[in-house]
Amino acid sequence: MLNLDKSDLRLFLLVAAALVLAPFILNPFPEGSNLAQFNAGYPDLMQRLVIFGIFAIGFNILFGLTGYLSFGHAAFLGVGSYAAIWMMKLLTMNVIPAIVVSIIVAGIFAALVGFISLRRSGIYFSILTLAFAQMSYSLAYSVLTPITGGETGLQPKINDPRILDAPLLDGATPTAGLFGIDMRASWQLSVGDWLFTFNFGYYFAAVVMLIAFYVSMRIFRSPFGMMLRAVKTNQNRLNYTGVNTRPYTLTAFIISGMYAGLAGGLLVAMDTQVGADRMFWTASGEVVLMTILGGAGTLIGPVLGAGFIKYMENVVSKINETVLHQWFYWLPDGLEDFVVSVIYPFVGKGWHLTLGLMFMAVVIFLPGGLMEGLRRLTQGRKKKADEKTGGAVATPAE
Amino acid sequence: MSQFNFTRRGLLRGGAALGAGLAMPTIFTSQARASYLNEPTGSTVTLGFNVPQSGPYADEGADQLRAYQLAVEHLNGEGDGGMMNTFTSKALKGNGILGKKVQYVSGDTQTKSDAARASAKSMIEKDGAIMITGGSSSGVAVAVQALCQEAGVIFMAGLTHANDTTGKDRKANGFRHFFNSYMSGAALAPVLAKQYGTDRKAYYLTADYNWGYTTEQAVLESTEAMGWETVNKVLTPLAATDFSSYITPVVQSDADILVLVHYGGNMVNSLTNAVQFGLRDRMVNGKQFEIVVPLYSELMARGAGQNIKGIFGSQNWDWKLENQLGSRYIGTNAFVQSFGTKYGFPPSQAAHTGYVQALLYADAVERAGSFNPCAVVEALEGFEFDGLGNGPTLYRAEDHQCFKDVVVVKGKENPENEFDLVEIVEVTPTEQVTYPHDHPQFAGGALGTCNPGA
Repeated sequence: MLNLDKSDLRLFLLVAAALVLAPFILNPFPEGSNLAQFNAGYPDLMQRLVIFGIFAIGFNILFGLTGYLSFGHAAFLGVGSYAAIWMMKLLTMNVIPAIVVSIIVAGIFAALVGFISLRRSGIYFSILTLAFAQMSYSLAYSVLTPITGGETGLQPKINDPRILDAPLLDGATPTAGLFGIDMRASWQLSVGDWLFTFNFGYYFAAVVMLIAFYVSMRIFRSPFGMMLRAVKTNQNRLNYTGVNTRPYTLTAFIISGMYAGLAGGLLVAMDTQVGADRMFWTASGEVVLMTILGGAGTLIGPVLGAGFIKYMENVVSKINETVLHQWFYWLPDGLEDFVVSVIYPFVGKGWHLTLGLMFMAVVIFLPGGLMEGLRRLTQGRKKKADEKTGGAVATPAE
Repeated sequence: MSQFNFTRRGLLRGGAALGAGLAMPTIFTSQARASYLNEPTGSTVTLGFNVPQSGPYADEGADQLRAYQLAVEHLNGEGDGGMMNTFTSKALKGNGILGKKVQYVSGDTQTKSDAARASAKSMIEKDGAIMITGGSSSGVAVAVQALCQEAGVIFMAGLTHANDTTGKDRKANGFRHFFNSYMSGAALAPVLAKQYGTDRKAYYLTADYNWGYTTEQAVLESTEAMGWETVNKVLTPLAATDFSSYITPVVQSDADILVLVHYGGNMVNSLTNAVQFGLRDRMVNGKQFEIVVPLYSELMARGAGQNIKGIFGSQNWDWKLENQLGSRYIGTNAFVQSFGTKYGFPPSQAAHTGYVQALLYADAVERAGSFNPCAVVEALEGFEFDGLGNGPTLYRAEDHQCFKDVVVVKGKENPENEFDLVEIVEVTPTEQVTYPHDHPQFAGGALGTCNPGA
C-alpha cells in the first residue's frame, strides 16, 4: 500500500495514529493535579510540535542524507513566513494560497542560496549558509523594515486590502481559516477530570505533516535518496567515477528549503504574526539540535527531537519557584527549601541548562540520537527473547 | 483495497458524516464558552506574567517578575498593601479580585516575539489566564498585544517605549502605562534647551530598528522646534558592540551634541566609546560638547558606570521621586518600602510599571464588576487616577496610552551607592507631553473593538 514496504508502512501508520491521538497522548494528567503542569495537549504546543517536526524532517533530507550541515535553515522558514503573511494581507485570509506561496518563495530563495553555497562543502558550506541567514535576519530586522515590519514584525490589520475576501463584519478581526473554518476552532471533550482539546488548526497541520513525512519517506527510499547517501559516504569517489554531484545536492537543498518554507507558512497559518527573530542564527541552530538529538538520517528521529526541544521550551520553562513549592509542600520546611533550591536552577529560566545537559548526554552516550536509544531498547528486548527461545540473533539492519 | 463500490446509500451516509464532521468544531466553539474566554468559575483567577528571563533584558524581566509577585501578595491581602493604600480608587479590598484569590503563571519571552507569543498562548490555552502582562521590548509588546486581541484577553503592556505600541499597532484589548518616544522627546527638549541653549547642532546615532526610528524622530522634531539644528543621522546595527567607527565622523563634524538613541547594552557600549574618544572634553563652536541618551534606566546606568555622569535622559518613574519632589508623587515611597522590605533593594522603573499595571487591571475588574475583557476595557478607558507614584494620570480612551509627568534625569556625579546612580533634574508636566491621538508619529493605527474571545 502507498508503495511502501512493510516496515515503512508500519512506521507511517504509527505516525498517523500518534498524530490523530495526540490530544490524548499529550494530556495524560488530570486537570488540577500537580502533574497537570507537564501536560502538553493544548493547541499552540501541539501545532508547534507538528510544524517544527516538518521543519526538522526537511532539514534531515539535506543533513541526514547528504551530510551537508546547513547552519542557516531558519532563513527559509522566515522567508516562507513573510511570504505567507503578505498573501494573507493582500489576497485572502484563507491559508491555502499563503502556504503554497510560502513553499514556492522559500524554494526560489533556497535555489539562490544553494547555488552559491554548494560550491563549497564541509565547514565552508556551513559558514556560507550561516552568513546568508544572518544577512537575511539583519535585512529583515532593519533595512527592509517597510516590507518586513522590522522589530515589530507583521500582522494582519483590519485595514489590509485582502482583495479576495468579503469585507469584515463590524468589530471583527481578520483570522486565518480554511474556507471559512477558523484555524483556532477547538472542540473540548471532558472525561472525568481529564480535558482533551481537539483543535482544527492542529489537525490541519497534522495532515500536512503526514504528507510531508510520506514524501520524505519516498525520497529516502528512492534512487535519488541513494545518490544523496552516496554523496555523504564519499563525494570524491563519486566525482572520480564521473558523477556530477552538484545537481543532486542542489535539489536536496531546495527540497529541504521548501520544507522549511512550508513550516514557516504553517506557523503563520496557526498564528498570524511574523517577527525577524524567527530567522536568527539560534533558530537555525535549534533545528540542527533537533535533528542530532533525535537522530540524523533516521526517518522519524528529527520529529522526536523537535518535539523534545519544543516541549522543554514550553513546559519546563514555565515551572517557577511557586510551582516547585507546591510540589514539595509535604516536606519539612528546611528540607523543602533545600530541595527547591537544588531543582530551581534546572527549570524555569534554567531550561536551557537542562536542555544542554540532555544534549550532551545524548551525544556522548547515544551518538545516533534518541532513535539509537529506542533501537537499543527494542534490540535488547529482542535479544533476550531470542536467547530464551534459543533462536539466532538477528543481524542489525543498519 | 483499490476497488470502491459506490452505492447511493453509502454515498449519502458518507456525505452526511463528512458534513457533520466539518461543522462540529464551529458548533462546539459557539456553545463551549459561556460569555467570554477563560471566565474564572472557581475560587481563583489566573494572571499571566510574561517577562524576559533570558536574553539581553533578563535583568529588567527579573525585576518585573518580583514586582508582579508583590502585586499578587497585595491583591490577596498579604504584606503591607503597598500602593493600594495610596491609590485614589478604593475598589480593591485586599481579598483578591472580585473575591477570587489571585494566582499567577510566569513564562519566558526570551525577548523574541515568537517565543513570547508561544508563552502567552500557553498561558491562555493551558493555564486559563484571563490577563497577560509584562515584556521588556516593543517588538514583543506589539506581538503579544496582537495575540491577546485575537484570543480575547486583556494585555497590560510592560516596559515598551516605541510609539507603535499605542500608535500604528494599537489594539482595543491592549493598554500601556509606560511612556513613549514622543513623550521622551517632548520632555527632554525644554530641559535641554534650558541647559545647553537653543543654538545647538546635534548628531544622531540611532539603533537600526523600530524603536530607534520612532525615538530619533521624536527627539529630532522636539529639539528642532526649540531651534536646534540636525547635522547628521546615522543608523548603527543592533548587534554592534564597537562604535568607534561611528564616533570618528562625529569628531570630524561641527556637531556639538551627540544623541545616542540606543538602549541596554548598545547604549552602554556606544557611550563608553564616545567618552573614550574624549567627546565630553571637546569644545566645539565655543561650546562644551554634550551627550544625550533619550531613554534611561538605572540598570543601564549601572552598566555604563563612570561614563554616565552628567548625561541627560528621560525616565517613566524613579524611586526617589516622592522624597525629592514631594507628595504629588505619592505612592512612590509606599511601593519602594514594600519592595525594599521584601527584596532588599529599590525597584527599577520596569518593576514599577509592572506593579502599577497589575493593580490597574485588578481595580478595573472590581469597578466593572466582571472579568469580561470588554467590561474591563470600558472601565479603563478614560480612567483618571492618582496615588500610583506618577502623580495624576489619565488612561486615554482613544489610544489606551497613559498620560502623566515625565521625569528628566541625569547621571549623578557622586553616587552614594549602586542604586543611586541617577539624579532627578526636573519633571516635565503632563500637558507638555500630551499629543493628539492622531498625531503623525502615531498615525495609521486603529483600536478596533474589544474582543472577549467567545
